[in-house]
Amino acid sequence: MSAGPAPALTTAPAPAATVAPIISVRGLSTVFGDVVVHQDLSLDVRQGEILAIVGGSGSGKTTLLRQMLGLERPSAGTVEVFGEDVQRAEPAKLQLLRNRWGMLFQHGALFSALNAFDNVAQPMRELHALPEDLIRDAVHLKLHMVGLSAQDGLKMPSDLSGGMVKRVALARALALEPELLFLDEPTAGLDPNLSESFVELILALRKEMQLTVVMVTHDLDTLFSLAGRIAVLADKHVAALGTPAEVVQSPHPFIKEFFLGARGLRAMQGAHIGAGEIDREIDKNETHHES
Amino acid sequence: MPTFAPPRIAIAQPDSPIVTVTGTWHVHALAEGGNMAAITAALAHGPGKRASGWDLSGIVAMDHIGAQVLWNAWGKARPAQLTLTPGLESFFNTIEEAEQQARPDAIPQLSFKAWAIATYGEKLRNLRGNVLDLVGLIGQLTLDVGRLLGRPQRGPWKEISAHIYHIGYRALGITALVGFLIGVVLSYLSAQQLHTFGGDVFLVNILGMSIIRELGPLLAAILVAGRSGSSITAQLGVMRVTEELDAMLVMGLSHSFRLVLPRLLALAVVMPLLVIWTDAMALIGGMLAARLELGLSPAYFLRKLPDAVALANYWIGLGKGVVFGSLIALLASHFGLRIKANTESLGEGTTTSVVTAITVVIVADAVFAIIFNDVGY
Repeated sequence: MSAGPAPALTTAPAPAATVAPIISVRGLSTVFGDVVVHQDLSLDVRQGEILAIVGGSGSGKTTLLRQMLGLERPSAGTVEVFGEDVQRAEPAKLQLLRNRWGMLFQHGALFSALNAFDNVAQPMRELHALPEDLIRDAVHLKLHMVGLSAQDGLKMPSDLSGGMVKRVALARALALEPELLFLDEPTAGLDPNLSESFVELILALRKEMQLTVVMVTHDLDTLFSLAGRIAVLADKHVAALGTPAEVVQSPHPFIKEFFLGARGLRAMQGAHIGAGEIDREIDKNETHHES
Repeated sequence: MPTFAPPRIAIAQPDSPIVTVTGTWHVHALAEGGNMAAITAALAHGPGKRASGWDLSGIVAMDHIGAQVLWNAWGKARPAQLTLTPGLESFFNTIEEAEQQARPDAIPQLSFKAWAIATYGEKLRNLRGNVLDLVGLIGQLTLDVGRLLGRPQRGPWKEISAHIYHIGYRALGITALVGFLIGVVLSYLSAQQLHTFGGDVFLVNILGMSIIRELGPLLAAILVAGRSGSSITAQLGVMRVTEELDAMLVMGLSHSFRLVLPRLLALAVVMPLLVIWTDAMALIGGMLAARLELGLSPAYFLRKLPDAVALANYWIGLGKGVVFGSLIALLASHFGLRIKANTESLGEGTTTSVVTAITVVIVADAVFAIIFNDVGY
């Protein structure tokens, strides 16, 4: 695409305040037994951005992601995706919603009884509208896009390496050309090389398919090379939200420890070149988004 | 979902056909209603290869699947004359790239003979694997029993006690219910027949003999095979899926000593107890039905029982309990350990385990009947 990921952003009518966010979380509270995980948490995800959710263990990152997907019910508050309340939408509307998003689970969650090809073909077959030879071509295209050969498609999930499982899972998440992609720890368990190439893959696909991406990650390298904005979950709510550069400057003790430790500084240094482009692009929008 | 302009194909001039493509070529637009069928029909009739050119400038939005539909319609190559908006270019570039990749050859069709050899060969190999594994497991368990006797204080006593609770105590309800009902049914049926011959008093013999020697052990074993056999197989299978079995091996914990032996011992202890319990419940059911149907008093029933049923039958019943329990534990563990790390194998293994355990229990029961054919009458 000649215009890059921009079309969705640049063709949007100018005053950004009128552009509805793709995901809007309002007043969310989550309580497990006696443990309060989220309290009055609010968060918006804008069209075309890559938003990373970070936080310590047990801060409810994955829970928040699952609530956005409607897999878990919050104790209070609403989660709207594409303007639809995922907890209260009618089944038919929810189904349409589910066709517009894709999710990459942390461990792939491939169907272990199906080979890689059938795993990717599953969502397409489920539409009951596409002819089988088209599905075959489309699956090969998707496998190719995530860097797998057609031969790999014949393997069972148990015969795939960790990196390949993630790629197949990504191909499955992208099977129905979603507008919104959720990633749970996309690079966890991959070696640095693989994880770097996975990050590049996501960036390239996002550019080609104009995706909005919401991800949960622990990995600072991934964070700085992918994220346009970072939401830090701490103290049961969003403690800081903004571009990596802004978030790093927050005085919150968790953020200081998380980003400004030796690991964080190293990752930031390494990422500056890669992240620069995204930063600038987000910055462009930032100027009229931020109040 | 926002409404979109439906994907359409039209031919501009019939003589020198230029195919104009318009609308939203998005997978969900294609899947909606009869859109895909309409496009397939339009492609089959009209343009195909005769088209001299394609005009895609009317396309509102597109994705890879939509692009693939057109690409396939072009016979997997760009048509000579193609009008595109620049945004669409990249889709076809990606498809063209993917197209150049080698596809795996189609799996060759086997002849019937080859298929038969492959299928039955696989079955034979599987059977051989099963037998070898089972023999290995029995051997290992024998060594484990030796290890347990050598150092009883280091035995898996906690596990054994937990399994006795789960397999035995938790099964009391269902075995009582089933035993009681079978007792009632058996008593009613026999009473009617005996009454016609005037042999009412022999009801005690029939019920006592069949329940204590045969039905009690068999009922308890079938229930436990279904209830605990499946759970043992599934537990071990999930441990395979979650790599817990591998973790145990790495730590030097033996599967048979820590997992199989406790279950085997627990079942061998608990099954005879469950047999006594099921016997008692079935006899109570039978006694009640006899009271209602024939007017035989429970007191008479109980007084008559020791004369009607020789004590040997009771011991045979208990012996069956021990053997059936051990068989169930052995087979359930064996199939559990053979499960591979995928969901299909888990389901298959659990089914095989329960079916095999019940079959083997019935076969063993027949063997008992043959061996003890002149004992206890």
